[in-house]
Amino acid sequence: MEQLTKKMEIIGVSKTFFNEKDYFTTLDSVTFDVHEGEFLVLLGPGRCGKTVLLNIIAGLVEKTSGSILYDGHEITGVNSEVAMVFQKMALMPFKTVMENVELGLKFKHMPKAERRKICQRYIDLVGLQGFEKAYPSALSGGMKQRVGIARAYANDPKVLIMDEPFGALDAQTRYAMQNEILRIWGEEKRTIVYVTNNIEEAIYLGSRIVLLSQCPATVKAVYPIDLPRPRDMVSPEFMALRTEISNNTDLSI
Amino acid sequence: MSESINQAPVKVAVRNLTKKFGDLLVLDNMTFDIHRNEFVCVVGPTGCGKTTFLNCLTRIHEPTEGDLYIDGVPADPRKHNISFVFQEPSAMPWLNVQDNIAYGLRIKRLPQAEIDRRVNQILDLMGLQDSRRKYPGELSVSAAQRVIIGRSFAMQPDLLLMDEPYGQMDVKMRFYLEDEVIRLWRELKSTVVFITHNIEEAVYLAQRVIILSNKPANIKETLTIDLPHPRSVSDPRFIEYRNYITDKIKWW
Repeated sequence: MEQLTKKMEIIGVSKTFFNEKDYFTTLDSVTFDVHEGEFLVLLGPGRCGKTVLLNIIAGLVEKTSGSILYDGHEITGVNSEVAMVFQKMALMPFKTVMENVELGLKFKHMPKAERRKICQRYIDLVGLQGFEKAYPSALSGGMKQRVGIARAYANDPKVLIMDEPFGALDAQTRYAMQNEILRIWGEEKRTIVYVTNNIEEAIYLGSRIVLLSQCPATVKAVYPIDLPRPRDMVSPEFMALRTEISNNTDLSI
Repeated sequence: MSESINQAPVKVAVRNLTKKFGDLLVLDNMTFDIHRNEFVCVVGPTGCGKTTFLNCLTRIHEPTEGDLYIDGVPADPRKHNISFVFQEPSAMPWLNVQDNIAYGLRIKRLPQAEIDRRVNQILDLMGLQDSRRKYPGELSVSAAQRVIIGRSFAMQPDLLLMDEPYGQMDVKMRFYLEDEVIRLWRELKSTVVFITHNIEEAVYLAQRVIILSNKPANIKETLTIDLPHPRSVSDPRFIEYRNYITDKIKWW
């Protein structure tokens, strides 16, 4: 049995956006735990508030109520042990692959030789060796997203948050990248919180799935995924689980 | 796997379609037929030239060699209608839903009564009557994409091309939209070529799947999906088709 240490606890987190006349609730008392070393998938229909939730966990957006515990301590604001891979490939177009990856360490004033060494390791890990001097415009979609992953890892986060990182990729590149991310997760045991709206991807990747309802998001169910890896997307167990989760998902037309 | 014989007459004939950009051969001598009221899916490895293939069919690109024939005569935009659904939603933001659907019909100068009839038919089939006066900006991405699909079907085109219209949708939404597109296709008896990366989607929709090779693209195989609609994705025969096609194009 895997040891279940609670890395993060999300307790009753709500978020309401206000303006002068109106208000809009996106998260309604969301509660779940993130276990140490697991691959946790947050699954929810389009526009259900997933990105808002992630931004709150990363400390980029303030919550309206609730609390977030990290290693048992309540945190507010940006948590430097959490790194994020964004949905849109938020790379600096005027910087090379290496310069993009080393950005966070550069801001921490790490000497160049040292940070280059660390970054090279992660560039190798994501399979981009030979492209260190290339600019983002010369890279394919999958390669750009690899740069984003290397950049997040280079900051040595304890928890890596990924917001639909492969949403913009075609189905086949996405399969390739899913295998990549599992390989990287296997080699670099970090806790991953991964957001997607793709049920198949969620079951293929996740140790556990937290299923969110449509907006305002609440936790509908938590599914532990015990299927052995590598998982077969057309096995009867996989298909049955996909149907079960699909039936429990809200359709947002 | 075998190819069964379709009794319907040939609607679109593609003969020796070849496209070169300079020395780069992208499409290599592609020949195939699409029958009237057929639903064909085209799958192929990433970067194999699917977009170029579509652009040659629509005549956005002029083919280097070969041609496209509709009802036996070379395709001509003055005579034939070819509709296109792009990957990204492309509703005109300054037009509301009903005007978006009527857009092409007005360009073709159809009588107003016929335009009204077709727009209403599409709105009914898609359950969009309540949204007919909304603007694309007020709709979700999936609803905006449905408007485009409705607009294309409303043209009653000789050939309807769809370039991975459901690429970014979640699974549940995809099944809903796939059932809808089947309903439209059946009701309006259109001839559809549907490009997708998603093999499950291809097997779910198509009567026939055209499998393209790596670049330069040619037709590796044509596969008839001999399953009645509505199909079940967990049917063992469905999975057999899915695995078979996956093996043919797998590069990852």
